[in-house]
This record gives sequence, structure tokens and C-alpha cells, in this order.
Amino acid sequence: MTPAPYRVRSRRPDRADTVTLALEPLRGPSPAFLPGQFDMLYARGIGEIPISMSGRGRTGAHVHTIRAVGAVSDALCRARPGDVVGLRGPFGTSWDVPAAAGRDVVVAAGGLGLAPLRTVVRELAAHRRRYGRISVIAGTRTPMTLLYPRELTRWRLAHDIDVHVTVDHPDQDWPGPVGPVTRLIDRIVFEPRRTTAFVCGPEAMMCAVADDLVRRGVPPARVVLSLERNMKCAVGRCGHCQLGPLLLCLDGPVLDYRRVAGLLSVREL
Amino acid sequence: MDAVVTPSLAPLITALRAAGYTVVGPTVKDGAVRMAEIESAAELPAGVGDAQEPGAYRLTERDDEMIFGYAASPDSAKRWTQPPRLTLVRARGEEFEEVEPEAPRVALLGLRACDLAAIAVQDRVFLGRHPDGAYRRRREALFLAAVNCAVPGGTCFCASMGTGPKATAGYDLAITELASPHRFLIEPGGDRGAAVLAAVPHGPATDCDHAAALEVSRTAAAHMGRSVDVSGVQQWLPAAHDHPRWADVASRCLSCTNCTMICPTCFCTTMEDITDLSGDVAERSERWDSCFTLDFTELGGAPVRGTALARYRQWLTHKFATWYDQFGVSGCVGCGRCVTWCPTGIDVTEELTCIR
Repeated sequence: MTPAPYRVRSRRPDRADTVTLALEPLRGPSPAFLPGQFDMLYARGIGEIPISMSGRGRTGAHVHTIRAVGAVSDALCRARPGDVVGLRGPFGTSWDVPAAAGRDVVVAAGGLGLAPLRTVVRELAAHRRRYGRISVIAGTRTPMTLLYPRELTRWRLAHDIDVHVTVDHPDQDWPGPVGPVTRLIDRIVFEPRRTTAFVCGPEAMMCAVADDLVRRGVPPARVVLSLERNMKCAVGRCGHCQLGPLLLCLDGPVLDYRRVAGLLSVREL
Repeated sequence: MDAVVTPSLAPLITALRAAGYTVVGPTVKDGAVRMAEIESAAELPAGVGDAQEPGAYRLTERDDEMIFGYAASPDSAKRWTQPPRLTLVRARGEEFEEVEPEAPRVALLGLRACDLAAIAVQDRVFLGRHPDGAYRRRREALFLAAVNCAVPGGTCFCASMGTGPKATAGYDLAITELASPHRFLIEPGGDRGAAVLAAVPHGPATDCDHAAALEVSRTAAAHMGRSVDVSGVQQWLPAAHDHPRWADVASRCLSCTNCTMICPTCFCTTMEDITDLSGDVAERSERWDSCFTLDFTELGGAPVRGTALARYRQWLTHKFATWYDQFGVSGCVGCGRCVTWCPTGIDVTEELTCIR
């Protein structure tokens, strides 16, 4: 339960309230992790929160994209290169990207959900020829809150990935679609029975996307979500992250829709 | 080593203290039977009984000198297996040091079968998929001197849960208090118990003593204050999330967290972070938490379970059903504490019966 000290190797502001930090251990190598896993990040004297990895640095650094929404995330967002934060991890289940080989892939993100999914898209792009059609659909509040805009363009241009972005609140320059992520499903091409979908975002968004994909014929077991809950321990002992029979820190956060559709349909479970 | 008979517990307390244990046993304090450090048998609650009903607890006088003539004490073993507050980490500058929590050698005298069952549940929680070394050290340092229950309380239902009233496993010593003549039949549960017992003057247990002890447990089983049918509960309870009874119980539940604090198996914790005045040293502590608090499930500034209905449903469903999914066992041991100490007298056995 003791965090290890990690130094902030780099800090990149993504948007007004969001930064991406690359963290390296003060001693020893960075532990390996898989797409979808999370770390517990500790701001000294303030608290600890779960954050999924959004990338892997060249030296194996754990990269996290953090939005300042509370005391701990606010402190982490203010950390500067050279500062030391605490880290425990990696924890939890992961997206099995290689298992999607030979299939069409739909990556659906809502808001900050694009952060953990970036590790999925990077892995898909690194082995592009193993997969069929790859589509990334992402929703964001406003054009200004869109994460990784340059990287989205690079995925489209350099890796033959079909990328679509929709916003809730357009500004006068926004040329693209407006509305929920589900609207983008009509814009992409995939063969449902041969498709694997990786989905992350607010719970309502994930359920809407998953329901839509399943209705179109994607097997529920091939629609894989990352669920979020309050977490304090990350090792199944604090009780905070329960979703019915599941302890999301151990059984999740990444779970297929076949397993969780019934649980997510119960209000306030 | 076979069961023995002794007329007094004083030599046992002496032997436990000589073996290096702090003896914690039942005492009368704050108008209740509380578990506290004792130095002699004179501190035990001789002639004290209790009356427990939903939302009610009071001590009574017995017309004999029985020491264990009361039902479940508000203190369970949880206070020692999983202390209410533990400092885990101390951070100075760039270093985070682990604080080794203490594992005091404590002999718990007077635990009931339900309490032993609760410890077995905790073992699954803390020594399961991610074993907790500090819990293991505390657990190994505990000596468990159990007492076979003679007088179940008005809120007890261990017989329904299959956890009592007779202690069958998980103890170092199991004591049965016998009347006329007043004596104690003591059975060792292993080498550690036998070693302590060897230092206690005793006589062999006769067939008559064994028969009397069996009668104590048989009578206790026949006098449970409550009962509940939990057959198939793992299936029907989670499926009943739309049952109207949830709204009914939620209208009576104060979300006060008493049931979870008093429960011998409720394990939820939160973390607290503090710094000293200079800001140079920060500490992380773990303390008991409850799924009835609003911020327990807070996500992005709002609670996932924002209503008392959802919180009560979560607690009861977890305790009796989804606990099996997570730990392979029921989270309820039938001690009845949550019923007694609920300020509005919510009775889990009644709720389960209505929801079924």
C-alpha cells in the first residue's frame, strides 16, 4: 500500500484543465503495463486517485492524462517536471488488443475516455496490417476540449484509421458533427459479426454505444468497456469500487458488455 | 489434548498473561458489555445478562454468577483484526516509507461462534487475491479463546446462517460455561491452545460434563431470537432490485452507518491524508468507512448511490448475496448486532423475509 516515488519526466498541458504527465520511477525500471490498466497516483499529503495509463514513454515511463476535477487531480495537474509524486500500480484488467487481430475494430471514446483508449489505438497502429478496418469515434464537450487533436490527425493520415469527432457544443468554426458519439456509428464502416469494439467514457455514453453496436450485430462479448468507480485501495479491500458482484479494481476496469450489461441497467447499483 | 474441566477462569487468565498475551475479555462499561483489557477474572461480568431487541440494548441482572450469560457484545474481534484506524505510509520529501502497523499479542476471551465465523470471513477478504501482510501478522498474534453461546439474544440468528451457536473451528480454546456446579469445560483447538491449557490446573472432563456442554449448545440453538430462510439468497436477492420493500426500508434508514460499524465482517475503509504543521511530513491512514455515506461512491463530484434506497440495497445485497461472488461465503454471520444497534430497529431478517 506504499506508493513508490516517481519523478515527473515531462508535462504537457492538453487543454485548460487537462495535462499529460510522463512519470518515471526514482529507482529501478518502470513496471510494464497493458492498455486499460490503471495506476494509483498519490499527491503527497493530499490523496490518491486511480488514473488509467494514456501512453508509454520511450523509457517505459507511465504516461497519464489527468483532468483537474478535485483536490488530488488538481495537485497532480500542477506538478512540474522534476517534481515527485507517488505511484502504485499497474492494477486491473486490460484491453486484449491482439485478440482483435483479423477483425474490424471500433474504438469509441467519450471525453477523457480517449486517454486510456490512446494506448489501444497506438497498439493497433503499431501492428496496423493485423487488423481489418479501424475506426476511432470520439465525442467531446466543445472543440476546445478535444484531446490529442494532432495525434488524431496522424492516425487518420499515417495509419489508415477512420477518425470521426463529434462535439456537444460547437463554436462557429466547428465544421464537424454535433451530438452524441452514437451518431458517429452511422459514419463508419464495419462488419458487425467480425468486429471488436473498445469503449471508454461516461457510463451513459458507453451503454448507448454498446447497445447500438450490439443491435447492429456486434457480439456483446466483443464490446469491451472500461468502467469507472471510486477507488481507495486498488486491491479489493476497501469496498468502494463495487458494482454488484464485481470489485472493479480487480475484476475490471476493463470488462465485456456481456458481463456488465445487466449490472449497468440497474440505476444506482 | 482432550477437553478439561476447571472451576475458575482465573488460572487461564494468568496462563495467558504468562504466555505474553494481553488478555481482552468482556467487562461492564458504558452500560454495555465491552471487550477491554483485563488483569483478573474478577473483572468479568459475573451475573450480568442483557436484553437485545431491534433498536434496543440494555443490561440485566441474572440471578446466578454466570460470566457469559449475555449475547453478542457491541465489540467484535474486528477491532483487533482490522483496527479502526491504521497509519500505513509516512512521506518525507521525496521518500514514502511504509509504516509497519503493530501486531500486538492479544488473547480475545469470550468470542462467540458467530465472531469466529466473522474472522473466517475476514481471512477470505484480507488473505485472498491480494494478501495483506499486516493483517496476517495481526491475525497470527491473536489468541482466540471462544465461548460456546448459552443465551442467544433477541436479535441473534446464527443458527439460520449455519455459524453457531457452537464453535466448531478457528479457535485456540473453546470454553463452555456449565452451571451447578459452576465450572468450565475447555477444549483446545490446536497445539497453541493445548500449550496454554497445560499450564492451567484442571481435571478431566467426564461424560457428564460433555453431555452438559452439548445441552448448552442444543438449548441455545433452540432459543434463537430470530430466524431467516436464506436458501437461494445469492440468486433471488440481486434479482430483486426493483422490489418495493427497498423504498419502505429506505424510509426508515437514517444512513447513520451504525450497522456497518458494528458489523464484524464489514471491511470497507477509506484513506485519510494529513500533513504536519510544517508540511514536511505527510501521513496516509486507513480508517473504517461505510457504504451508507454519501461520498463513498463519489465519482466526478456526484455519488453513484445518491439515495438511501440504493445504499441500503447495496449493503444488504452485498452482505447476503454478492459477498459470495467476491469471497465465496456469506458476509453475514447472524450475530444480530446490526439489528440491535440500528437506531430505528431495522431487522435484516424481517427485510429479507419481505423481499423474498
